[in-house]
Amino acid sequence: MAEADAGAVGAGPAPLWALEVPRRSRAVEGLRGYGLIVAMWIRATMTYRTSFLLSTFGNAAITLLDFVGIYIMFRHVDALGGFSLPEIALLYGSCSASLGLADLLLGNTERIGQRIRDGSLDTMLVRPVPVLAQVAADRFALRRLGRIGQGLAVLGWAVWVLDVDWTVGRVVLVPVMVLAGAAIFGAVLVAGAAFQFIAGDAAEVQNSFTYGGCTMLQYPPTIFAKDLLRGVTFVVPLAFVNWLPALEVLGRPDPLGLPGWVAYLSPVVAFLVFVPASLAWRAGLRSYRSTGS
Amino acid sequence: MRLTASLYRTASLYLAVAAGGFRRFATYGTATVAGVFTNTVFGFIVAYTYIALWSERPGLGGYDQAEALTFVWVSQSLLAAAALIGGGFQEEVQERIRTGDIAVDLYRPADLQMWWLAADLGRAAFQLLGRGVVPLAVGALAFRLALPVDPMRWLLFLVSVLLALVVSFALRYLLGLAAFWLLDGQGVNLMATVVCIFFSGMVLPLTVFPGGLGELVRALPWAAMLQVPLDVLLGRHAGAGSAAGALGFQLGWAVVLVGAGRLVQSVATRKVVVQGG
Repeated sequence: MAEADAGAVGAGPAPLWALEVPRRSRAVEGLRGYGLIVAMWIRATMTYRTSFLLSTFGNAAITLLDFVGIYIMFRHVDALGGFSLPEIALLYGSCSASLGLADLLLGNTERIGQRIRDGSLDTMLVRPVPVLAQVAADRFALRRLGRIGQGLAVLGWAVWVLDVDWTVGRVVLVPVMVLAGAAIFGAVLVAGAAFQFIAGDAAEVQNSFTYGGCTMLQYPPTIFAKDLLRGVTFVVPLAFVNWLPALEVLGRPDPLGLPGWVAYLSPVVAFLVFVPASLAWRAGLRSYRSTGS
Repeated sequence: MRLTASLYRTASLYLAVAAGGFRRFATYGTATVAGVFTNTVFGFIVAYTYIALWSERPGLGGYDQAEALTFVWVSQSLLAAAALIGGGFQEEVQERIRTGDIAVDLYRPADLQMWWLAADLGRAAFQLLGRGVVPLAVGALAFRLALPVDPMRWLLFLVSVLLALVVSFALRYLLGLAAFWLLDGQGVNLMATVVCIFFSGMVLPLTVFPGGLGELVRALPWAAMLQVPLDVLLGRHAGAGSAAGALGFQLGWAVVLVGAGRLVQSVATRKVVVQGG
């Protein structure tokens, strides 16, 4: 039934709101389209309310059990890579919230491969809403609030119990870290979607960078090899999601010896990775040839 | 004589179904390569965390560091085959129940459960080769692992993996059938994945779980899906009696869960009301 709804949006004559679109700027147009599709999916989700509640809870639980795993580790040790449990909770909570947020807003772009294969991307091309907005809002999964909530709860606990020397900069850095982190993960998701135009069925590669990245970022950088740290600082800048800001909050030095002010660069880095990601997306979309089916 | 002929026909039918399952997944070449990449990346990340943990606490859970790292890489190799984080056939069964196509399946001259078991074992065989071998090889090149050289141990491991696959199938078949009552399986599938990741040993080896919780998790069916095959490979069940105990534990859960699946299937098919397309 939900599938039928999705088809109905594109298949029928253009709805009235679509006719107004050309007068708006592209960004507004995109956001408006995104909002409308999201609202439709939320209504559809609420049809199976029990399933929605179960899956939201499941989404929180899936990540919570990750943290229980870390907690069990700390039943056996006092510190991991020199970091205490609350310090790891700060890393864990912030990257979990960031990934959850990116996943909620842009996660469904990974379904692009499926749409290329079955030809349903074609219907999106003729709608008067930017394709990226449509792809991102497609099957919008409100249940992902579960991961965000769980991440923020662990982050809150960490901030509560940690003995941090709070300065204005450090206070600001905590929310900035979560939001900029979400933007960096978002850029990875968009780049991954663009990659699927050439690689086809390769959604799992981006999982390595998003879910894999988040698994890495929930542990302290001190336990990883230096080359890996360089890679995730300078090549795919995941270190800016939470490692560098969190090290600054905790007053710990960066293992690569970068100066402290680098911690505040996360929003800039997020912007810098979003530009090539969105260019890659446009290039991918332009190279798209329908399967014709 | 008639009986042998009919047995032969049944066997070749299910073999053909299994071969179909194998081929179906073999066509997803890029997805397999992407999966190998993902399993390898996760292998590295988890391996570093285990090195940190085992250098703080050598011998944790009864493993030395090489054994703990073997645990990591073999887990990554079995992940797709045993469908530990989902990706099995249950969504398809649920969809067929929702659309009413299940009625067609029930008319087939083959048992529904055995049909899906054959198809799923075919899928698993492909995943074991396609997504299992390369990550383990990369792990063995990058870290010092404790892989056995005794061919007998590998043989026992393969038997244990086969039993793990049957237990995994049987659990997911129950999930699939749940759609007869729930219609939408997304919620239960997710909950099942949550439980599976934690209780199979994916998050941490079950021998590291403390006290009563540890004893509980090692007795549950999810232990049969990952922890037991790994312990067989690592030689914790050396000696015939101990190995028989480990495989018997898996076999016990396989029988119980496949039996439960049959029971639920017969209840479900009696209540079947075809919803029509």
